[in-house]
Amino acid sequence: MTPLFASTLAIGRPRFRLAARLRSGDVVAELVAFGFGLLLLLITGLLAWELWVNSALPRHQFGWRFLVTQTWDPVAGNFGAAAFIHGTIVTSFLALLIAVPLGVGAAIFLAELAPPRLSDAAALLLELLAAIPSVIYGLIGIAVLVPIMRTVVEPFLKKVTGGFPLFSGPAYGVGYLAAGLVLAVMITPFIVSVTREVLLAVPRDQREAALALGSTHWESTWHVVLPYARVGVYGAVFLALGRALGETMAVTMVIGNRPEIAASLFAPGYSMAAVIANEFTEATGDLYLQALIEVGLVLFLLTMVINALARLLIVATAQRGSAH
Amino acid sequence: MLDRTARRKITNVVMLGLTTLATLSSISVLFFVLGYLLFKGGSSVNWAFFTELPKPVGEAGGGMANAIVGSAKLLLIAAVTGLPLGFMAGLYVAEFASQKMGAAVRYAADLLNGVPSIVVGIFVYTLIVLRAKHFSTMAGGLALGLMMVPIMTRSTEEFLRAVPRSLRDASLALGATRWMTIARVVVPAATRGILTAAMLGLARVAGETAPLLFTALSNRFWSPGLNQPTASLPVMIFTYAISPYEDWQQQAWAAGLVLLAFVLLANVLARLLLGPRMHLAG
Amino acid sequence: MVVLEHSMNLNRFCSLLIAILLLGIPAAAQTTVTGAGATFPYPIYSKWFDEYHKLHPEIQINYQSIGSGGGIRQILEGTVDFGASDGPMTNEQLAQAKTKILHFPTVLGAVVPTYSLAGVTQALKFTGPVLAQIFLGMITKWNDPAIAKLNPGVKLPGDDIVVIHRSDGSGTTYVWTDYLSKVSDAWKSKVGRNTSVNWPVGLGGKGNEGVAGLLKQMPSSIGYVELIYAIQNRIPYGTVQNAAGNFVKADLTSVTQAAAGAAKSMPVDFRVSITNSPGADAYPVSSFTWLLIPEKPANPRKGAILVGFLKWMLSDGQKMVEALSYAPLPKEVVTQELAAITQIQAPGAK
Repeated sequence: MTPLFASTLAIGRPRFRLAARLRSGDVVAELVAFGFGLLLLLITGLLAWELWVNSALPRHQFGWRFLVTQTWDPVAGNFGAAAFIHGTIVTSFLALLIAVPLGVGAAIFLAELAPPRLSDAAALLLELLAAIPSVIYGLIGIAVLVPIMRTVVEPFLKKVTGGFPLFSGPAYGVGYLAAGLVLAVMITPFIVSVTREVLLAVPRDQREAALALGSTHWESTWHVVLPYARVGVYGAVFLALGRALGETMAVTMVIGNRPEIAASLFAPGYSMAAVIANEFTEATGDLYLQALIEVGLVLFLLTMVINALARLLIVATAQRGSAH
Repeated sequence: MLDRTARRKITNVVMLGLTTLATLSSISVLFFVLGYLLFKGGSSVNWAFFTELPKPVGEAGGGMANAIVGSAKLLLIAAVTGLPLGFMAGLYVAEFASQKMGAAVRYAADLLNGVPSIVVGIFVYTLIVLRAKHFSTMAGGLALGLMMVPIMTRSTEEFLRAVPRSLRDASLALGATRWMTIARVVVPAATRGILTAAMLGLARVAGETAPLLFTALSNRFWSPGLNQPTASLPVMIFTYAISPYEDWQQQAWAAGLVLLAFVLLANVLARLLLGPRMHLAG
Repeated sequence: MVVLEHSMNLNRFCSLLIAILLLGIPAAAQTTVTGAGATFPYPIYSKWFDEYHKLHPEIQINYQSIGSGGGIRQILEGTVDFGASDGPMTNEQLAQAKTKILHFPTVLGAVVPTYSLAGVTQALKFTGPVLAQIFLGMITKWNDPAIAKLNPGVKLPGDDIVVIHRSDGSGTTYVWTDYLSKVSDAWKSKVGRNTSVNWPVGLGGKGNEGVAGLLKQMPSSIGYVELIYAIQNRIPYGTVQNAAGNFVKADLTSVTQAAAGAAKSMPVDFRVSITNSPGADAYPVSSFTWLLIPEKPANPRKGAILVGFLKWMLSDGQKMVEALSYAPLPKEVVTQELAAITQIQAPGAK
């Protein structure tokens, strides 16, 4: 029970207080807001429950083996999601590695350096990138990115690192690296947009105080503004990560779709969202269908784990002098 | 050895230069993608595209008029269902919730965000389409609306929290009740950021194909009302782009271009209608 | 004050919203029949339904391609009036149906082996067993003796073969693996036939487009696509040896021949695989595609519409298929189907 509601009942003549509060709308507002919050919880819970219930067959048949087996054989009825889990983690991590510095950097430029009109225009254009359908990213990826990867980037990386396991094997063009890059392009607009807004929301006096103390523009941004907006930036990264984890069309067109764990980034792989998108519409037979839903469940659980870990990270690095 | 001031100045220039580079790379990728779209689809965007129904392959002309209207309807439903839910949930977390409830709702929003779009579509399919025994625009709109909720919730919470205490305190000191403060002072101060999130969310779902495949299906004809399957730009793009016919493939690119143009239009319109609220927080 | 202004703007906006929501040509006298399923026949179905709509403006048949599996599922659930599939329903699936589902073949398609090999522009010859071994990963180089023997006089490079298959579940894969299962015991036991299989080797491309795209990118690659796709996009493809021992290039005639060869032993419910079919000029990797119609349609009016459409499809409709690179049904099958239409219980059907 929130303090507001509790105080309504506890202090003074209860009925008079309650009536007064109701008239003033505070309790109503709180109840309404609470209702929506509850609705969100219920919907997410229902989704998780549906995923759980509709994957009963393979869960009972495979148990934990589902998470560590690479075989995905619809004909024999043998399903294991290990390769997909690996692919999702690798490509999303790679995408974040590229998109976060790029996105936060661009956001800093737009929020701190660029004149307001230019900043607004650029932000608007970047938001447009978010609207481009995934399938178009996939088509451009396969027509433009993959040849570049195969003929220029991958051979270059191989030469420069001289056989480092991460960059070994035949250069197909498609693979984890291509998928990670496409994802990075797709999630950058989210990071830039939200981070820019969050930075703009930091009160001017914070910046001015830092500058008055003699810091350079960069120092005030890095040491004062960004930490103040820290939680908002994390939120932006989470939104971007969410998209990366669940992205289907663009990934499946450039990842090579091979359900196999490989060490090299040049190797073809597969991701959880991609296999669901590829096979769900054609899947017949209860075990097959439910195995695909179980993959969805595993993805859901993965999101839970990543979010929980990141939350711990935020708490661990908590600092005074922030917006919260 | 450079003295500290010089080092700091150099760091300043270098780092700010890097951010400029980051912006330029992001923008140039955007321009490349847009340019590619224009190049591939520009020639197929004509009057027929906006006014005619799809024609079978081999027949000249034909357009995606029903898909354009369909997408508009779907996005409208998504906005009407997803935006308020996300906004109110974010408001709840920022203004009213206790530590635990707030964390729970925030967590739920993050989880929902990570669900692949096709799983959201399957979810709505099980809840609505199976029960009603037919595909409908309403189901499609709801699926899209659901996908908008996380971004709205998270962003609303962030931007409401970012409103300085001084504004709230001032309002309360003048005798406003809690809810009046929120409605008339805090929310308007955070409008800008929340609007950006709404536009971003709308932009994202505007291009989503997978959730519509099992909810709104598609339609070669007009789809009156909300209870029938409807065509939509992303599904048409998807169907045409992977078809064997060059004519259809070109229409797919044209549709991508048109989709972008409409998202831009919606963006600009929304900012005009709901009014610019610049830099109220600072 | 400012809030008031905004609410006025909002009001205007809301009225606009509602206007758009209710937009749509009023469909007072129209009946819409909805179907979903296979992607392969989508172009010809959309052509047919469009033409039929022109003949009968009060009838709208809306067909969407969500995949054969999707089509089967939706007709079993009853969310669509008819389904479509590139592979016939299995006995287990038919048992799940609340009402009996009938199969009606509509057109024929074929799957061809395509490749991207520098310096090789002519049509390479393949046999079923060789193709199976390539896709099993047992033949790994282009200049393997097995391939060279079939293609004397062609300069085959010593490169590794890059195998490309479909990543998405599809009827095309079903037909391809069905054929390979018939000609290779190793394939049958190791991989089997399905819309989606556990490929021993190779990269996966999404859709015909994906496979063709990858083929273009990867030198020394081999894959399989629908015949229509190869024809429309002018992709070179090879010939395959059929059951009679002849190397046949897939085209509309040889595909219809494959169906004619199987017509003699056509089961009553039309659920038959015609890969590796007998016939001197038959193309071995051919297949029917079927419409799935309930024996007792839930809505009698829609059932009558479907009956009318089927009759039109088997006569006038068949004349339109070749223009879109589909092979028409052989006469024997058409006759059998016209008789089978009477099974659909739709009172009022002409």
